[in-house]
Amino acid sequence: MSIVIYIAVMAGVTYIIRMVPFTMFREKIKSRFLKSFLYYIPYAVLSAMTIPAIFFATGSVISAAVGAAAAMILAYFGLPLIVVALSASAAAYITGLIISLM
Amino acid sequence: MKFQHFLKGLVHGIPIFLGYLSVSFGFGITAVKSGLTVMEAAAVSLFNLTSAGQAAGVGIIAAGGSLVEMILAQFTINLRYSLMSLSLSQKLDKSFTTPRRLIVSYGITDEIFALASAQPGKITPWYMYGMILISTVGWVLGTILGAAAGSLLPADVSDALGLMLYGMFLAIIIPPARKEKGVLVAVLIAAAVSCIIYFLLPFISSGFSVIICAVIAAVVCALVFPQADEDDETEVQP
Repeated sequence: MSIVIYIAVMAGVTYIIRMVPFTMFREKIKSRFLKSFLYYIPYAVLSAMTIPAIFFATGSVISAAVGAAAAMILAYFGLPLIVVALSASAAAYITGLIISLM
Repeated sequence: MKFQHFLKGLVHGIPIFLGYLSVSFGFGITAVKSGLTVMEAAAVSLFNLTSAGQAAGVGIIAAGGSLVEMILAQFTINLRYSLMSLSLSQKLDKSFTTPRRLIVSYGITDEIFALASAQPGKITPWYMYGMILISTVGWVLGTILGAAAGSLLPADVSDALGLMLYGMFLAIIIPPARKEKGVLVAVLIAAAVSCIIYFLLPFISSGFSVIICAVIAAVVCALVFPQADEDDETEVQP
């Protein structure tokens, strides 16, 4: 089968999933429960995507854990996103170097 | 105004750009190993803009799978986006006409959703255009680089870069979790359920896992810590 057809089907399904709720929901949601539900969704989604996956993101649980800890501490003190993200990577990289020297 | 919003979106998208560059680099390598050309790999990234879905899709292509399989895989892995789209649809400002919604729908990824949700107040189409543009460039560029020159980055550097997006997620959820008990509880419940699924129920795909965790956490918190009922514009704090 042509690869173009595969890509078109993939892209079509993915687009429809995103587009339907985004385009169809024109009304402001009134229900207090639904509003609260949607308010908590982003945090819950991000938390579920991060944990436990972050600990397996670098190929070494130790360097990933150090990176995660660095990110959590800096985020706790409210540092900007890019600082937190780069520091997590830097901490994991340095930890990896130290491990390889030991 | 439009340009200012566009620029703001571009700047806010820089961490996503950097994170995508490294993540899609890995995807590019995988795609070429699965038998796609550099152009085909780039086309997959350009038209899908999703990590797990693309990885599964390329696997199906490599295995010569059926289109039904492709549809089902994309649907389950990517269904979480409909939840994000619904959540984000409540945050759009008045200038979001249908054509603009159709355009922005293209770019609702985990990371773009995360940043857009974290903006105080309403979001504008041009802000989203800026963020989606820079993110897409990073995603496609990384794919091309990975596909064309898989061994460009030393493994330890690309491994470490794999943490960027997760670091960004933590930077988004932790500050509000400090301030608000409901958010803290939502974060903890989602993380706990996610660990249970990851370690004890590994047959649940990662896409479905996110949906299950998020729905459980958000339902519990909506019941226990409902938002104040005045027509509040007190949106998610960055």
